[in-house]
Amino acid sequence: MSAKLPLEGVRVVDMSLVWAGTFGTMLLADLGAEVIKVENPFVWQPYTRGQKARPTKEMIDAGTTMTHAYPNNQPGPRPWNYCPTFVQLYRNKKSFTVDHRTEEGMAVLKRLIAMSDVVYENNAVGTWDKLGLSYEALCEIKRDVIMVRVPAFGTSGPYAHARALGIHLEDILGHALLRGYRDLDVSQSGWVYSADYMGGANGALAAMMALWHRDATGEGQLVEVPQAEGAASVLFQAFVDYGLNGREQERLGNRSVYGYAPSGVYPCASDGTYETGDDHWISITVTSDDEWTALRQVMGNPDWASDASFATREGRAANQDDLDTHIADWTRGQDDYELFHRLQAAGVPAAPVLEVSRAFDDPQVVHRGVYQPQTLEDDVGTYRFMTPFYRFSKAQIGVRNPPVAFGADNEYVYRELLGVSDDEFERLRANGHIAREFDAAIP
Amino acid sequence: MAGPLSNATILDLTQHIAGPFATKLLADHGADVIKIEAPGGDPARKLGPFKDGTPHPERSGTFFYLNTNKRSVVLDLKTDAGRAALFRLLERADAVVENFRPGVIDALGIGGDELQRRKPSVCVVSISNFGQTGPYREYRASDLTMYGFAGEMYAIGVSQREPVKMFGTASLIESGAGAATAIMGALFSAKRNGVGEYVDFSLMESHFSGVDRRHASAIGWEFGRRKTLRPGQAAAGMANGVYPCADGYVDFNSANLRMDRVTNMLGNPDWLTGPKWKVVNAHLDPALIEEFNENFYAWLMVRTKHEVWEEARGSKVLCAPLFTIEELINDPHFRERGFWQEVEHAEMGSVTIPGRPFIMTKTPYEIRRAPPLLGGHTVEVLTEAGLTPAEIAAATGRVEATA
Repeated sequence: MSAKLPLEGVRVVDMSLVWAGTFGTMLLADLGAEVIKVENPFVWQPYTRGQKARPTKEMIDAGTTMTHAYPNNQPGPRPWNYCPTFVQLYRNKKSFTVDHRTEEGMAVLKRLIAMSDVVYENNAVGTWDKLGLSYEALCEIKRDVIMVRVPAFGTSGPYAHARALGIHLEDILGHALLRGYRDLDVSQSGWVYSADYMGGANGALAAMMALWHRDATGEGQLVEVPQAEGAASVLFQAFVDYGLNGREQERLGNRSVYGYAPSGVYPCASDGTYETGDDHWISITVTSDDEWTALRQVMGNPDWASDASFATREGRAANQDDLDTHIADWTRGQDDYELFHRLQAAGVPAAPVLEVSRAFDDPQVVHRGVYQPQTLEDDVGTYRFMTPFYRFSKAQIGVRNPPVAFGADNEYVYRELLGVSDDEFERLRANGHIAREFDAAIP
Repeated sequence: MAGPLSNATILDLTQHIAGPFATKLLADHGADVIKIEAPGGDPARKLGPFKDGTPHPERSGTFFYLNTNKRSVVLDLKTDAGRAALFRLLERADAVVENFRPGVIDALGIGGDELQRRKPSVCVVSISNFGQTGPYREYRASDLTMYGFAGEMYAIGVSQREPVKMFGTASLIESGAGAATAIMGALFSAKRNGVGEYVDFSLMESHFSGVDRRHASAIGWEFGRRKTLRPGQAAAGMANGVYPCADGYVDFNSANLRMDRVTNMLGNPDWLTGPKWKVVNAHLDPALIEEFNENFYAWLMVRTKHEVWEEARGSKVLCAPLFTIEELINDPHFRERGFWQEVEHAEMGSVTIPGRPFIMTKTPYEIRRAPPLLGGHTVEVLTEAGLTPAEIAAATGRVEATA
């Protein structure tokens, strides 16, 4: 029998949106917390269960993979239950619906809060105060409540009300100027969303630290997790260099911030081109003279590599353009996986740059059980989803429930948790609170 | 007010970047993190940026940022005396965190099984590149290779070029934050349930299963057999992408989701009225994008990034300026909020770094200690644990000379 999950018995009222918030509550759910998504059948939050509630087939075909690759490229009966951007963040969670804009709905929500440990939200700053759910108000409902707010820029300061997705936070915190190709304009750098990762992990950490303190003292608290500030750590070398030396770091592309060389992505034999996602590349970082010697041996000790200019770390860093050209000439035409194993066997850090469809069958990925099949509602199919990213030796950290469908736990929350009577349940259903579908007026 | 974890003690055997970042998050919130360093020190002490650019083990900016609030104890774990001292420290520890290559701590006789045999309630968290098991368990990795393999690097950059990574060691920091959540989970297992867990955390899985787009590209493939590709050059759509302005750049990613707000921000100009802008998927029409951008550039180039952002905020448009580090350090928002943290250090003077990752109103983040000098707390910590001066000398390799 497996041990109790670490956060078993902790109940989280999850009113988070988009990525950073929902990733954070997913981490809590993975560890065993009962995370209850609060959803409103009459309010559509873009970028939470999809861009649109009811995308047309035309939109699905024209949209990007990340936002519009619905099961079998069809909208299906209830598209909000399987939007590809977000669906996998709903594993291990519960979902219940309530129109909390109404007095009746707000009363239901407050009853749930009264029996919960954590209230977690990342709505636009001001939304919660307008709803009458400030931290002070929550304390009236539940004396030792832990409120986790994950605003973009914090709840104070000149930018408190600025709208932002993860990408905008990275712009403001300096990422966007510091990543990308050294030789292209910044506007070509493309997008990354590391601020979402940090916002989610920081939110989950903050919630657990507050729980830890409450366990010891009985005291709850308000925690603010400003996503912009929380994402600063990923650039720490740039901040520290400025703090120590007043120096602005420059864009390095794939080169190493520590001057390791070679450090790059090199072309390999490919099944096709970038147009079909079939271009193959290998990434290599040499962090020491020993690894350089090992790389030279794998390359067959070519004459160019014995040049004195490459003998030291400083020399390799100073002559990276030449180094990269030679290595690319060597990798081009070789199989990326075969090269990966040869380089690793010799002790050189290297890995293929995987287009994700290739990852599912990788031996290590399979061995570790990274992806496991889950079946979605509405008979739209069974698909391989990712799993929690760590294993505990005694508790069974895994996928207890597949991504939760909208309103799937209404019976549980209303009847079992809140103990509403049959009559009350019917009245709440008639008034629109209890639903499995978004209101028909929402496009 | 003390940090929330002021009743927790962590034995920290991690080095380099991801592991120390995980334990830093705990140390900055009150945990007593005892950093065990080999006689030569954490290899991160050899990583820049250095104060004044000159390498020195006590002037590494990397070590500095990742080791605030920790105490450094030098132990030679290859010796019996070093291991004996570790076991004494174990008696007071709630968690042990390590990131040696898989198998190394077992070979040293201080593996998870041995530690939990001696103290069943302690949790042990191992952080590794690819996990403790499987064919790649001993494979090496860097920020670049891990992001390439398990993160979404393949789809980052432009189509005609090689995939491109994030700045610095961003992917290792992400993994470190993920590992901190695993350590907290294990601490709860011990505290609440009396269960000493062994946790196998891999950087690989923290990227495959993280939220850095790879999750969505994987599901996109599973659902629709569609791949996520690097975008073409100049792929900016209609108010969707990075644009130049009078003094730098601004990003309007996803602003097009609410074209009504963008239109409002631009002052409802005549050129942007008319039914052609309202057609479904108008934002994908190249001719319309070109017409839009021509007018939009003219509007942007007479405004600074601060002015653009202010007008965008006025109309609730998704927008962000691209700031430099210097602009950020001097920015009124972050100054007013007290985000930057000054840390006094014996060798490096006063250094400003990014401060608290979040604001706990009753148990705040606090810098109690500067990053430690190598072995700076060896005697203090081992004495607390009850070791005699002779035992301390033996454990640290400073064997007293015999007559």
